[in-house]
Amino acid sequence: MTMPASMRRYTFRILGFGLLYVIVLVGAIMVMKQPWAPRGIPAYGLAILPALPVIGMIWTIFRLVVETQDEYQRFLFVKQILIATGLTLAIATIWGFLENFDLVTHVPGYHVTVLWFAMIGVSGAIARWRA
Amino acid sequence: MKNRLKVLRAERDWSQSDLAERLEVSRQSVNAIETGKYDPSLPLAFRIAETFGLSIEEIFSKD
Repeated sequence: MTMPASMRRYTFRILGFGLLYVIVLVGAIMVMKQPWAPRGIPAYGLAILPALPVIGMIWTIFRLVVETQDEYQRFLFVKQILIATGLTLAIATIWGFLENFDLVTHVPGYHVTVLWFAMIGVSGAIARWRA
Repeated sequence: MKNRLKVLRAERDWSQSDLAERLEVSRQSVNAIETGKYDPSLPLAFRIAETFGLSIEEIFSKD
């Protein structure tokens, strides 16, 4: 069975943004360590740069939903994303309260996105269980 | 919603994969529709009806 065109594009985009993320992150860290590292507004721009490929990955996941021709598969992808989003919000909320009560350490905000990607993986199995 | 997909497939000696290929969907989709786990959209229901040369009402019915 051949891979649908939408899934091929998804794989290509995820790998592309993943590679871009590594390059941009390493580049930004190296620049920030230099004596001539930007200050002020350009520093904000540089700090935001690694977030852009990650946003690209989020866009890629939503494009997969739009481009999937098979409506049942599309339904399963939507279900998978909703379960992942719910789990992520639940975990982030619980963690936030644990942080408020000084019971756990502070975690940077972008870890929520990392968690969401992980939950996308987990929820794939849940959404397709007995599907 | 009930459907007669399994019977109609058997009459034509089509596997789920054969029907999936004709409908340009995955075999998993045909299975989900056939077992009542998923109700197809109206456009897909029309495609299914066209593939079997029947009307939608002859394939799908209310519970």
